Amino acid sequence: MEDPAEPPLPGPTAVEQSATLEAEPNQNADPETEESEDVDVSAQSADIVPDEANGNNGNNGTDCSGEFVVTMLARSNLEEQAVGTEGTSSPLSEDIAEEAPPLQSHRDEDVMAESWRQHRKHVFVLSEAGKPIYSRYGSEEALSSTMGVMMALVSFVQSGDNMIRSVYSEEHTVVFLQKGPLVLVCVSNSRQSEQQLRAELLYVYYQIISMLTQASIARIFEHKKNYDLRRLLAGSEKILDGLLNLVDWDPSFLLAAVHCLPLPSSLRDSLSQTLQKAITPNLVFSILIAKNQLVTIVQEKTVIEDARLEPADVHLLLNLIGASSAFQAGEIWTPICLPLFNPDCYFYAYISYLDPPECTVCLLLLSTDKEAFYAVAECKRRIEEAMVAQNSLSLIAKAQSYSVSQVGVSDLRHFMYKPFDVPDNHHQLTQFTSPEMEAPYSSDEEKMRLLDLYRYMHSRIHSSSRPLKLIYHVAERETLLAWVTSKFELYTCFSPLVTKACAITAITKLLRWIKKEEDRLFIRYPPKYSTTPNPSKSSRKSEQQDSTDNGFMSLL
Amino acid sequence: MALRELKVCLLGDTGVGKSSIVWRFVEDSFDPNINPTIGASFMTKTVQYQNELHKFLIWDTAGQERFRALAPMYYRGSAAAIIVYDITKEESFQTLKNWVKELRQHGPPNIVVAIAGNKCDLSDAREVSEKDAKDYADSIHAIFVETSAKNAININEVFIEISQRIPVLEAAGATSARGFKLGRQASESRRTCC
Repeated sequence: MEDPAEPPLPGPTAVEQSATLEAEPNQNADPETEESEDVDVSAQSADIVPDEANGNNGNNGTDCSGEFVVTMLARSNLEEQAVGTEGTSSPLSEDIAEEAPPLQSHRDEDVMAESWRQHRKHVFVLSEAGKPIYSRYGSEEALSSTMGVMMALVSFVQSGDNMIRSVYSEEHTVVFLQKGPLVLVCVSNSRQSEQQLRAELLYVYYQIISMLTQASIARIFEHKKNYDLRRLLAGSEKILDGLLNLVDWDPSFLLAAVHCLPLPSSLRDSLSQTLQKAITPNLVFSILIAKNQLVTIVQEKTVIEDARLEPADVHLLLNLIGASSAFQAGEIWTPICLPLFNPDCYFYAYISYLDPPECTVCLLLLSTDKEAFYAVAECKRRIEEAMVAQNSLSLIAKAQSYSVSQVGVSDLRHFMYKPFDVPDNHHQLTQFTSPEMEAPYSSDEEKMRLLDLYRYMHSRIHSSSRPLKLIYHVAERETLLAWVTSKFELYTCFSPLVTKACAITAITKLLRWIKKEEDRLFIRYPPKYSTTPNPSKSSRKSEQQDSTDNGFMSLL
Repeated sequence: MALRELKVCLLGDTGVGKSSIVWRFVEDSFDPNINPTIGASFMTKTVQYQNELHKFLIWDTAGQERFRALAPMYYRGSAAAIIVYDITKEESFQTLKNWVKELRQHGPPNIVVAIAGNKCDLSDAREVSEKDAKDYADSIHAIFVETSAKNAININEVFIEISQRIPVLEAAGATSARGFKLGRQASESRRTCC
């Protein structure tokens, strides 16, 4: 069972690099360093991985399928045109789509238009019976025969006891993911690695699970193989659209880590205490979010002992909040499943903004009791009162993401730093920190270019065939250095003329700065509480003090 | 002045404009690009009716099929239900009839039902005639109005008519008809039935 949401840890070939870089930077770095100035282009190769049970039989479809899928997809479109199934397109719409696509909703896009083909990343979800469930662009009806071809490919390979995983063509990578009765397909020309694309498909799957639960999807399709799941997802397409948009723009998904709002630790602690005091039976998580970033999470004690909240679940929650209408005075009460926590059960989420009409500070309370709305809403009122008394809202409003210039390392343009769990504190939520993207990465185009470079570095570091510890990559307009140790994963971006030695000195400085600021940049001690009376109340305090030395950066 | 809390829930197909109606009533604003509601959204608004203050506890439910099973949680204990359809979508009127049936079978016995034909500003695209809808509403003794959340037509009127139909309080302190929910305590003590 694979789990691509977690980035694969460096494989056994990667030697632990425990010595400090500062001592002998070049010696340590060189054996693991890869200097690359060109991007691999693995064109025209099909990659069908045989099932383990059936080692060598996997060649049936291998040689032809790259061409095959492309021609099949093309043919199916032609057929659609001939039969005229794409009901939405009028003779005029082709021109309109090319002239002014922004005016059209993605749902109404003409799937015959060149602009539809040009999209960077398509995502399709279908049932095992080949029924369309979701398409990122264009209506599912218009794409039904395209999806039929996809299903035909999946079943064709399956009939040889194999599983289709990906198809490469010159411009596109097609990645397949089968999860229970659902088949997810990504067609991308973004040059992302197959693993990355599959991880993204998994997020899509999880988002569907978060709305319906895995158990009920399984039950539905057991009962009726050709059920049209769109009936249940109708009106929720925006949630999936929003997720795919976030996946493209927010590196949290790539890193499988949560980005929290930098805050003075005293403020964060007092906010956590406020949440901790306002509890009610069956409340399990209290989450405070500001400007779409995490401020703090407080968890019920018994819950935290057997499981922790995974970053992916937090991402899904943040996306849900983003995709629901920011009702200023409204309080939302909705069932939601956290797929990594438990794919088969619902929590009941209470969502309310604390600062109408701005709606930037959002409180999310998760209960296991669907009748608990009024009790949970009362918790919110207590939290609100306490926050007013402490003037917390205006303090949160002042908090913002930081600029890379605060680090004080010249030539450093941007970075992403993800510390791994501290061994003594393994219930910690995986987090990362990153400054604002500033010039020259201010335009959307440049932002995406930097994100693509990071994705490229990430794919090299986590390559399944040849994982790396350190990459120094001289790109056209910048120089990047990525480094993975047992303590952290770091991606840095420098101005183009920086030498390797300079970059490594800069990273040492950066790590020192992060160490100094870590109380502000990360949620250090996610607090716990108990909704059932518990005698051992004093244990938490001492725990905190013990772990002070186990900072993220004991390396330095 | 006596304050009465009246729980009101909005039911109906997805996209007919339930949230827009509530938003118009509570905030007096309109957003054409509103996102679909997830689960249900809770809001309150207090209005004066004769010599009483009526505090509407409004449960704006999601019309999507996947939330269907949750509806009883919201109409249970409601004093009134506003069932909304879209006058430009015949299908949404059929869904409305199913909601009426469900309320008959499982809803509170004294619930006041209001039928709102929303989007009456789009009469060019009308699929449900006003007369048919009115006849149906009369046959089930429901309040009937055509509304436009966009142009603020008949929105306040729906709630005023609900206030009129709510039975007057018999005596102070008496636990009023089962159709009322008096605040938080009442809901907490109520047991799960679904």
